[in-house]
Amino acid sequence: MTERTKQAASAAQRQEITSRWLLSTPALALIAIASVGPLLIVLVYSVLAPGSYGDVKWEFSGQGWFNVFFSRDIFDDTVSLADAHVTILWRSARLAVITTVLCLIVGFPTAYFIASRAPHNRSIWLFLITIPFWTNMLIRGFAIQEMIRNEGLANTILMKLGVISAPIQMLYTDFAILLGMVYVHLPLMVLPLYASLEKLDFRLVEAGYDLYATRLKVLWRIIIPLVKPGIIAGSILVFIPALSSYVIPRILGGGKNLMVGNLIELQFGQGRNWPLGAALSITLVIIVLFAMLYYVKNAGKTGGGHA
Amino acid sequence: MRKQQELAIEVRGVGRVYGDGAGQVTALSNIFLNIRQNEFFTLLGPSGCGKTTLLRLIAGFDFPTDGEILLYGENIAPLPPFKRPVNTVFQNYALFPHMTVAQNIGFGLEMLGRPKQEITARVEEMLALVHMEAMRNRKVMQISGGQQQRVALARALAPKPKVLLLDEPLSALDYKLRKEMQVELKRVQAETGITFIFVTHDQDEALAMSDRIAVMSHGEVRQVGAPWEIYDRPAERFVADFIGETNFLTADVISIDGQRTTVRLSNGSMLDATYPADITPEGKVTIVIRPEHAQLAAPSKAALLAGQIEDLTYLGTDTHIRVRLPDTSIFTIRQQNSRVGPIGFSAGDAVALTISENAAQILKD
Repeated sequence: MTERTKQAASAAQRQEITSRWLLSTPALALIAIASVGPLLIVLVYSVLAPGSYGDVKWEFSGQGWFNVFFSRDIFDDTVSLADAHVTILWRSARLAVITTVLCLIVGFPTAYFIASRAPHNRSIWLFLITIPFWTNMLIRGFAIQEMIRNEGLANTILMKLGVISAPIQMLYTDFAILLGMVYVHLPLMVLPLYASLEKLDFRLVEAGYDLYATRLKVLWRIIIPLVKPGIIAGSILVFIPALSSYVIPRILGGGKNLMVGNLIELQFGQGRNWPLGAALSITLVIIVLFAMLYYVKNAGKTGGGHA
Repeated sequence: MRKQQELAIEVRGVGRVYGDGAGQVTALSNIFLNIRQNEFFTLLGPSGCGKTTLLRLIAGFDFPTDGEILLYGENIAPLPPFKRPVNTVFQNYALFPHMTVAQNIGFGLEMLGRPKQEITARVEEMLALVHMEAMRNRKVMQISGGQQQRVALARALAPKPKVLLLDEPLSALDYKLRKEMQVELKRVQAETGITFIFVTHDQDEALAMSDRIAVMSHGEVRQVGAPWEIYDRPAERFVADFIGETNFLTADVISIDGQRTTVRLSNGSMLDATYPADITPEGKVTIVIRPEHAQLAAPSKAALLAGQIEDLTYLGTDTHIRVRLPDTSIFTIRQQNSRVGPIGFSAGDAVALTISENAAQILKD
């Protein structure tokens, strides 16, 4: 290559890089406005002082962050760990993890079923999976409420059948929250799992059977390692909204069993403590961030790196 | 012969029908095959002839709708693949991409619950067998197609299967590598003494490698025999046509004497011909003559066949000559270039044809 053609090539390369940046401007702008911007506002609010009727006073205060982890007794001013917040965060994390695991257990066979249909039938099944998205989540929450309340469908049927003599309390329990959360988040698990399973070379499954692997061993040693990217994507997509879910715990948990989403909402509503709400939100973001880093890193380590 | 007569696989009246009602498709019907121990047996046929379906039935990925498949006398047709001591080399190798070469080879033994030490030793043995020792810790995506082929072979052989099934294993390789692997497969078969059932649509591959060949079409076995039998004594038009080039002539049967018969060609010439053992030829028959079993000669009144050279193609070792017969059909001759220089005939020449002894075979249909 001569010096001139080299220069021309690098100029073309530079131009290409420039045009790529230009092309991605709308996306970058959207991310900046819709994601980074609000996060910065929340971050700023978390270090301001609460106003008397909500809102904030524009003066620096560490009170919001202090209150995330500690509480000051109103009578004797003693400082203790804010165990209510820790409990709620722990509860939320626990329920989100269980939701993710349940979604995986229910979603995997579902996605496998769809992926193993004839290609022209798959789109019908996928379409059916997306049907719940047509209805508002609030409505679906109330529908579940109707089914599991004491005089609801489930209890009535069970009592008519003579399985139980008195209604089982299902509504306003963790069971109700989990049921609702699994139901709402299931498509978010099924779709990425399906995307991975659809690409799976079923000849590898046959090769596994041929080499004396039973069905369970084929699942464990061949299918799961190969669809790991889908499992990771689905788990993230379910875990994050599940951790911060607000509507479902509110409707089906009855507001007794707070989750972190409800706690944050409380600070912006009745609590009139916007800085604490903002600080709690940031705390949640940080927890999610670390959970994801940990999860992806570990999943990547044990997975065979087949992306 | 060693104890080769013992049967490794007996296929008894196997059929496979897909779907039901009007949409029913018969992939295989009434297949009978006896595959001997330590044999290199090839299922040969065009795509869609059912050869891969038959292999999948033996492997256990599919189940027959009729008949049974015996492995050393035991009916394995209803068993799932992981309960059959039979392993497969897949067409596209189907190596596990998330495992190393050594892990792939050891997988079968691991699933059989063999002790670690034994697995390690056997994997090393297999790596040596296919000359892949240096690659043991590579991921399978990091090795070439030919190397993947070797790993697939080693992986299938590691659990010491009673029968090894090979589903067009060489079709993805380029010509030179394919030739190499043909030799390699024969060597491995001889060294391991395992019965190989090999599926291919490539007639040269089948002729070069097999002890016996079953030619299949439309879900049926057309003929089973040693390569020379399939080539020189085809029983049916399909077999004669599918394997190599052939000339078809119509003739009348004049007399039968043991395994030989005399036929009269349409121009009145008499010719001796062999015929398949399971028929008694009579009346009008079709005979086949391979192009290399006919020779050009100077025209003469006594010639068996006469014609005019249509064209000649020089192919290095051979010359390919197409002769137009008086009835306007084309008779193809392949003549070896035994001496330096042109063969002494050119297009448009009137020529006579002579046929080698024993070269004509009567077909069943």
